[in-house]
Amino acid sequence: MLCSIQSYAMRDTRSEIRPKLGIRLWLCGGWLFCLVLGALFAPWISPQDPLAQDLFAARLPPFWVAGSEPGFWLGTDSLGRDVLSRMLHGARLALIVAFIAGTLTCLIGSTLGIFAGYYQGWADRVISRFIDIWMAFPPVLFAILLIAVIGTGMTSIIIAIIIIDWTRFTRVVRAETMSQSVMDYIASAQVAGRGKFSTMVSEILPNLLPTIVVLLSLEMGIAVIVEAILSFVNLSISTDSPTWGGMIAEGRISIHQAWWVLVFPLIALFLTVLSFSQFGEGLKDRFDPVLR
Amino acid sequence: MIAYLSIRNLSVSLSNGPEILRSISLDVDAGEVHGLVGESGAGKSIIGKSVLGILPRAMGITSGEIWLDGVNLLSLSVAQRRRRIGALAALIPQDPLTALNPSRRIGPQITRRLVGILGWSKSAAQARALELLKEVHIENPEHVMRSYPHELSGGMRQRVLIASAFAAEPKLIIADEPTTALDVTVQKQILRLVGEMQARHRTALLFVTHDLGVVSKVCDHLSVLYAGMIVEKSQMRSFFAAPSHPYSRALLAASPKYDDLSGGLVPVPQAVIDQLDGEITAFDKGSRT
Ligand SMILES: Nc1ncnc2c1ncn2[C@@H]1O[C@H](COP(=O)(O)OP(=O)(O)OP(=O)(O)O)[C@@H](O)[C@H]1O
Ligand SMILES: [Mg+2]
Repeated sequence: MLCSIQSYAMRDTRSEIRPKLGIRLWLCGGWLFCLVLGALFAPWISPQDPLAQDLFAARLPPFWVAGSEPGFWLGTDSLGRDVLSRMLHGARLALIVAFIAGTLTCLIGSTLGIFAGYYQGWADRVISRFIDIWMAFPPVLFAILLIAVIGTGMTSIIIAIIIIDWTRFTRVVRAETMSQSVMDYIASAQVAGRGKFSTMVSEILPNLLPTIVVLLSLEMGIAVIVEAILSFVNLSISTDSPTWGGMIAEGRISIHQAWWVLVFPLIALFLTVLSFSQFGEGLKDRFDPVLR
Repeated sequence: MIAYLSIRNLSVSLSNGPEILRSISLDVDAGEVHGLVGESGAGKSIIGKSVLGILPRAMGITSGEIWLDGVNLLSLSVAQRRRRIGALAALIPQDPLTALNPSRRIGPQITRRLVGILGWSKSAAQARALELLKEVHIENPEHVMRSYPHELSGGMRQRVLIASAFAAEPKLIIADEPTTALDVTVQKQILRLVGEMQARHRTALLFVTHDLGVVSKVCDHLSVLYAGMIVEKSQMRSFFAAPSHPYSRALLAASPKYDDLSGGLVPVPQAVIDQLDGEITAFDKGSRT
C-alpha cells in the first residue's frame, strides 16, 4: 500500500521561469521617467524663462544647425521664446492632467464596471443604457462643447476627460467581471463563507487588475492627447502658459521658417503617448501571474 | 432520526419557467457516499449547487427543504445560511481549471476557510494546509503553497482542491465530477484519494458523476437522475445486481466495458425514453393540480 501511495505521489516539474524585464518596459518606462523628472524640475533645469520673449533671438535654430546660439538648445519660436524650456514646462501640465484625469477616470469607470458586472440586475441595466447613450457622442466634439460650457482651465480639462472616457473602463471591466463571476472559484469562495461584496473585492478584483493597469496607462496617454488637442484649439489653460498643443498650433504657422517649433513638441507628444500605451502592456506581461 | 444531509421534495426552476429539478428527495448520512448519476444536463450539478446556496442567478428554489445537520437551510437568512454551509460543507468543483483563483497563490486559497470561518490563526492554518497537501500526496507542499494555479498540472490542481475541501473538516462534501477533467490513470488516483480522505474523516459525501464505473468503486448508495427527476434510488450492490427502472438497466447496458469492446455502443432504447417522458409529463400534471 505504501508503495502504491509513493507511486502516485506527484512531483512538480515546472521550474520557475522568469522572463527578463522586457526592452519595451525599459524604453517606455525610461522615457516616462525622464519626462517626470523634467516636469518636476522644470523651473530649475530650464535653460531660459519659458515666457521671456526676445524678438532679436526669434527663430533661432536648434544647436546643431548653423546660426544657433548657445543656451537655446532646441531653438526659439517666432517670439524668441526658448523651445526646450517651453516643452519642459508644457510637460508639467501634460503629466498633471494625465495622472489626475487618468486615475480619476479609471477609479470611476472601473467601480461602475465591476458593480454592473457583478451585481447585474437593475444596476447593470441602468449603467449599460447610460453607456449606450454616451457612446453616441463623438468624443472630441463632446469635449470641446463641454469646455465651451464649463469654461477653460485645468479642472475643466480633467472633468472633460473623465466625462468622455469613463465608459472605456466601465465597458471592459464590466465584461471582464461577468466572465470571472461565473467561474467556479467564485462559487468556492462563497461556499467558504465569503460574503458577496468581499468576494468581489478579494477574488474578482485581483483578476481585473492587469486589465485595469493596461487601460489606466492607455488612458493617461489619451489624456495627454486630449489635453494637446484642447490647447491646440486654444481651449486649455490660460493662453500664455506653455502647452504642447499650443506650441504645435503656433509651430504650424511658421513651419517653413522654423520647423523645430512644430517638430519637437510633436515628437515629445508622440513618444509620451506611445510610452504610456506600451508601458501598461509591458507591466502586464511582466507582472500578470497568469501570463508570467 | 434525520440523515445528516436530507433533501426533501426539492424543486428548482428557471425564473422564466422551465423546471430544472422536479421534487428531488435524497439522504446522505455521515460516513456515507451517495452517488448521483445521470446524463449530461440532468441536473446533477444543480442539486449540489442548491445545497451549497450557489445556484446560478437565473434559478430559484420553488419548494422543498434542505436539512443539514438537523437544520433546514432554507429557513435561515442568507448570512446565517452562508455561515452554516461554510462551517459544515465543502465543494470539490467540476472543473479544476476554473476552480482556483488564477491570481492568488495556492496557500491562501486553502487556508481561507480556516481563517475566515473557523477563526484560526494564520500560522496554524498554514501548518494545517501543509499537512493536508501531504495527505493528498503532493511532494514539496511548501513550494505548492507559494505557487499560482497555472503553475500546477491538472492532477495537482485537483489534489489541491481536494485538500482545500477537506481542510476545515467539513461534515459534508459535494464532489461534482472530481475526475471528469482528468485522464484515466490520474482519475484512479484521485478516486482512491477521495475515498481514503472520506473514510478517514468520516464525511458524508455526495458524489456526482456520469460514470457508473466510478460509482461502483466508491459509492454506498446511488440515485439515478433523469431530466431533474430521480428515477431510481437504491443500494449500490442491489443496483448493479438488479436495477429496477428500465432507464437504469439501459444505462448499465450502455456503459462501455473495457474488457469487451466487441459489443459496440448501446444507446438507450426509444421505448425507455418514451416511458421516462411519460413519467415526467405525469409528474408535471400532478404537481400542477
Ligand atoms: N446558468 C444557467 N442558466 C440556465 N440554465 C442552466 C444554467 N446552468 C445549468 N442550466 C440548466 O440546468 C440543467 C441542469 O444542469 P446541470 O449543470 O445540473 O447538469 P449536469 O447534470 O451537472 O450535467 P453535466 O454532467 O454536463 O455536468 C441543464 O438543462 C442546463 O441547461
Ligand atoms: Mg455538472
